[in-house]
Amino acid sequence: MSDILINMPFFAVAALICVSLYIMMTQRNLIKVVMGITLFQSAVNLFLVALGYRTGGVAPAYTSGPVHLMVLPVPQAMTLTSIVIGVSTTALMLSLIIHIYRHTGSTDAEKSRRVKG
Amino acid sequence: MSKIVRTTARFLTPAILLYGLYLIMHGHVSSGGGFQGGAAFASSTALLIVAFGSKRVASYLKEHLLVTISCAGALMFIILGFAGMGTTFFYNVFVGSPLFGNVPAHGPNPEDIWTGGTVPLMNIAVALNVVAGLSAILLAMAGASNEPGEDK
Amino acid sequence: MDALTLHSPILAVTIPLLAAFITPLIGRAGPRTRDVFVITSLVLLEIVVVVLARDVYANGIRIYTLGALTATQTIPEAYMVPVRLILEVDGLGVLMALASSTVALAGAIYSVASIRPETGQDRFYTLLLLLTVGMMGIQLTGDLFNMFVFLEILSISGAALAAFRTRFVDAVEGGFKYIIVSSVSALLLLLAIGLFYGQYNALNIAAISDAMQYTALDKIALALLIAALLTKCGAVPSHWWVPDTYTPAPAGTSPIMYASSLTCLAALFRVVFSLYGLKMSLATVGWLIIIAGVLSMFIGVTMALRQTDIKRLMVYHVVSQEGYMLLGAGVGLAVLGDPQAVAAYGREALAGGLFHVINNAFFKGLLLLTAEALLFQLGTRDLNKMGGMGRNMKWTCAFFLIGALAISGVPPFNGFSSKLMIYEASYQFNPMLTIIALIVSVMTLASFTKVFQSAFTGPALPEYRQVREVPLSMKVGMGILATATVAISLFPSQVVNGVIYPATDALLNQAGYISAVMGGG
Repeated sequence: MSDILINMPFFAVAALICVSLYIMMTQRNLIKVVMGITLFQSAVNLFLVALGYRTGGVAPAYTSGPVHLMVLPVPQAMTLTSIVIGVSTTALMLSLIIHIYRHTGSTDAEKSRRVKG
Repeated sequence: MSKIVRTTARFLTPAILLYGLYLIMHGHVSSGGGFQGGAAFASSTALLIVAFGSKRVASYLKEHLLVTISCAGALMFIILGFAGMGTTFFYNVFVGSPLFGNVPAHGPNPEDIWTGGTVPLMNIAVALNVVAGLSAILLAMAGASNEPGEDK
Repeated sequence: MDALTLHSPILAVTIPLLAAFITPLIGRAGPRTRDVFVITSLVLLEIVVVVLARDVYANGIRIYTLGALTATQTIPEAYMVPVRLILEVDGLGVLMALASSTVALAGAIYSVASIRPETGQDRFYTLLLLLTVGMMGIQLTGDLFNMFVFLEILSISGAALAAFRTRFVDAVEGGFKYIIVSSVSALLLLLAIGLFYGQYNALNIAAISDAMQYTALDKIALALLIAALLTKCGAVPSHWWVPDTYTPAPAGTSPIMYASSLTCLAALFRVVFSLYGLKMSLATVGWLIIIAGVLSMFIGVTMALRQTDIKRLMVYHVVSQEGYMLLGAGVGLAVLGDPQAVAAYGREALAGGLFHVINNAFFKGLLLLTAEALLFQLGTRDLNKMGGMGRNMKWTCAFFLIGALAISGVPPFNGFSSKLMIYEASYQFNPMLTIIALIVSVMTLASFTKVFQSAFTGPALPEYRQVREVPLSMKVGMGILATATVAISLFPSQVVNGVIYPATDALLNQAGYISAVMGGG
């Protein structure tokens, strides 16, 4: 039982990935597709932070900190980079949705698929 | 937006800016850094857009000003990287020098901001870039979602 | 060694980055100044890449550690693993860097005339330079997380460029599809990086490869990496975004975006040859890549045959030609564990695939630019509406002929040389693959004959009688790529022995790649 409790973040990551894949594949509204991708980004960020955890560790800052075991700082740097990239891509995707709305009058993926073949 | 929201926004914005500046400057000794502080800074822009409307905020934060600040921040970052080019790119030339030059003790120690070398300067450069960039994105999206003639 | 050669790996990445952020500030001084500045910085990039290439061919793998006391000190004192960001440049890196810097220069010169009717030109050049930065970063880096960051830079710039002409709805739709596909692929890549870091506590490709035991988590990471990078290339079954994204891209950027796809292909080769190499089950992964290649070849060319839009037809050929490269690399990978087979035909197959990469960057880029030249002058991309441009646009017709003969594999052009290497090597591996490749080559020739006959031959239609040749900068841009194609066609064995075989040997020599970082110090 304690195995499951310790690995709970990774179960959460798996659940979030499954939910986000379902959203990306089945939703027709483009904004919901972007929400699905944001959820996927959050799942990967959670995975990166969770894999740096060491049992009983504290935050990796030396300032006035206790002499103690620390969690890994490199995954936190990777997560920060991933969050920044996520902000940029989400901004780009939402701007393109605004343009698609201006052209076609709706944010429905079926209506905006002009090009086939 | 109503008078209550506008007054609260006027009251809160300096506090948000101060907190953002704290995050930026303390990036190398505790949590925080360039992007984190810059994003907190830009959240004050979001608050102002919601409270006062995007037209009014856009008349103060003009687009060419934001582009200039953003490019200046990015250029400062790259030039700081080139500053160490005598050895290698990104070499920390300011350790030991008068600018942010103290060397901290190993292990847990009381906070000393005047350490780090090029790292706090790079934090400031990244924060300039992020503030200008995120504010430009917020203003562009708020302006784009206005119907013509309406100010939301 | 002088300072330029010592610092050339990082200069090849930071010169376009510096230029990208100075461009909006210089754009205030006027469009002429900005154009001159952009072209000068890309010429500087080309010079730095040539200096780096000569150094790598003379002295072997170049290492550059960012922030260390000396450029080659990969492992700091009192440590046992590399902790800093390391750029590791070998033969494959300089091959791709030479191809992409030439294509970027040609595309930028072409854009000087073709982007003039649009607004927001400062941002166009910034995005073009950032796309070049992304390509250079992926090709020259030795660190997996750095590769992820540059892949995202490449994706965001590419999507913004594809959607640049926002007044066309298919441009915006293409850019949107590209950014969605790229985001998901990059997130899969990041998951794989997380799996590697959790097991081996390292982000450097050589360090992970040194420590790798092929556990179940590594198999999952391999599946994620191959899926992500094959999607970014545009190979079947993830080829559906390629035509919608590359067709409405503004003129001048289509060859550069194609070079960015080839960069992701090179990243895939780096992962399967240098990161995993001999430690994985070679037959399975090799056959997977071969099947992806064969499907891409076939589906690409059959979809191309029924197109009436000239640029969309050429973009389907992008998918098809990438199939050839995947076929060559897959044959080389499948026999990697058998030294006799590698010496007999594996090395030649991989060399054929890599030769096809650089050939395609040049002649396919040239063909895309000629299609855009026709659009620029005639205002339409529909083949049914064109006719008889051979008299009015002589230069464009000549460039199109060079590109079409090269892509169809007609001797003595370079397309024939690289396809011959792939045919010979894959015949010894499995004759069926060669037969499929030959059929696809015939169909490629058929579709380009159709384009030539529709667009350039025949009587000139009355509405096009006033059409003139394209402006000078577009001719120069196309001329650079045509000159490169003809130069490689005239001296194939020098190019293969001097440029391609060093890249092949660098990929096949996984131990050398690891020891340059871990053993040398």
